[in-house]
Amino acid sequence: MGMHSFGNRANAFVTFAVTILAVMCSLASLSDNFNVHTPTADVKVFNINWFQKQPNGNDEVSLTLNISADLSSMFTWNTKQVFVFVAAEYETPQNALNQVSLWDGIIPSKEHAKFWIHTTNKYRFIDQGSNLRGKDFNLTLHWHIMPQTGKMFADKIVMTGYRLPEEYR
Amino acid sequence: MGWIGDSVQSIRSLQIRQLLSQIVTLGTIGALALIIWKVLMCVTGSESPVVVVLSGSMEPGFQRGDILFLQMSKDPIRAGEIVVFHVDGRDIPIVHRVIKVHEQQDTGEVNILTKGDNNFIDDRPLYAQGQLWLQQHHIMGRAVGLFPYVGWVTIIMTEKPILKYLLIGGLGLLFITSKD
Repeated sequence: MGMHSFGNRANAFVTFAVTILAVMCSLASLSDNFNVHTPTADVKVFNINWFQKQPNGNDEVSLTLNISADLSSMFTWNTKQVFVFVAAEYETPQNALNQVSLWDGIIPSKEHAKFWIHTTNKYRFIDQGSNLRGKDFNLTLHWHIMPQTGKMFADKIVMTGYRLPEEYR
Repeated sequence: MGWIGDSVQSIRSLQIRQLLSQIVTLGTIGALALIIWKVLMCVTGSESPVVVVLSGSMEPGFQRGDILFLQMSKDPIRAGEIVVFHVDGRDIPIVHRVIKVHEQQDTGEVNILTKGDNNFIDDRPLYAQGQLWLQQHHIMGRAVGLFPYVGWVTIIMTEKPILKYLLIGGLGLLFITSKD
């Protein structure tokens, strides 16, 4: 087989193409590191709908939230979507940390990244135990930047000062 | 007449030497691939540094055929992380997001609930009978990055095994018939 056979040329071409592709994807991902994030978020508890102890002994609360945020600075040309969720975080005598996701959504593009939503909790807010009466908790808004290719970025804003009612209702 | 015997002998020893060198080359390539895989396991701290997305339960973020890069550290699992886990008795790794975490005071043990972004319900029906939560030891790694489309090669070869045999057979044939 000579130097310039079809096999040799095909091999050289494919190797070169794959290498270039890998380099371009790495550069695309690296460029995301230069993006400056300037997110804003605000979450208000609009209403406590009900607050009960279940038959199995665990507290459960249903609440309605007003969530507003501007995550448009997260989007680069390499961004496929931004996944956003709001979680309640609190401590109990048994558990050093409890994180309960209350609502999540997918932001498909920069145009949808500034939003306001009025919603009851999408996922049930259930304690491991009966510790929620009068409980102080944080609400955190997390975002997860999912790229077309490369590294994913995630961070959050912590909002403090929320408190559940002293009595069931 | 002696020189005929000599040249036959030299041709035969040449072919044996060529065959042996081809076997050694093949073995070296195989060993190199294994070394790279093991080094990746060390560097990422995960049993499985790379995994292919098989289902649509995380769409549109992850599509079927994407490759995910995994890392695993001793840091406790937190809400929002995308984790890879096995259900007891099943081979297929599942890649979903953590939506609930309860970490115990004394032991630091975590109870985790996961859910696919594109699924309507959480993963409890997927867990083993009677299992309500995952623990840290169920988690094989966290997804930290992705590479689109490349995983389709694995999916096609798994779903149409004949293509796998054709590919390996074809490569083997190419290797044997090559003169360098």
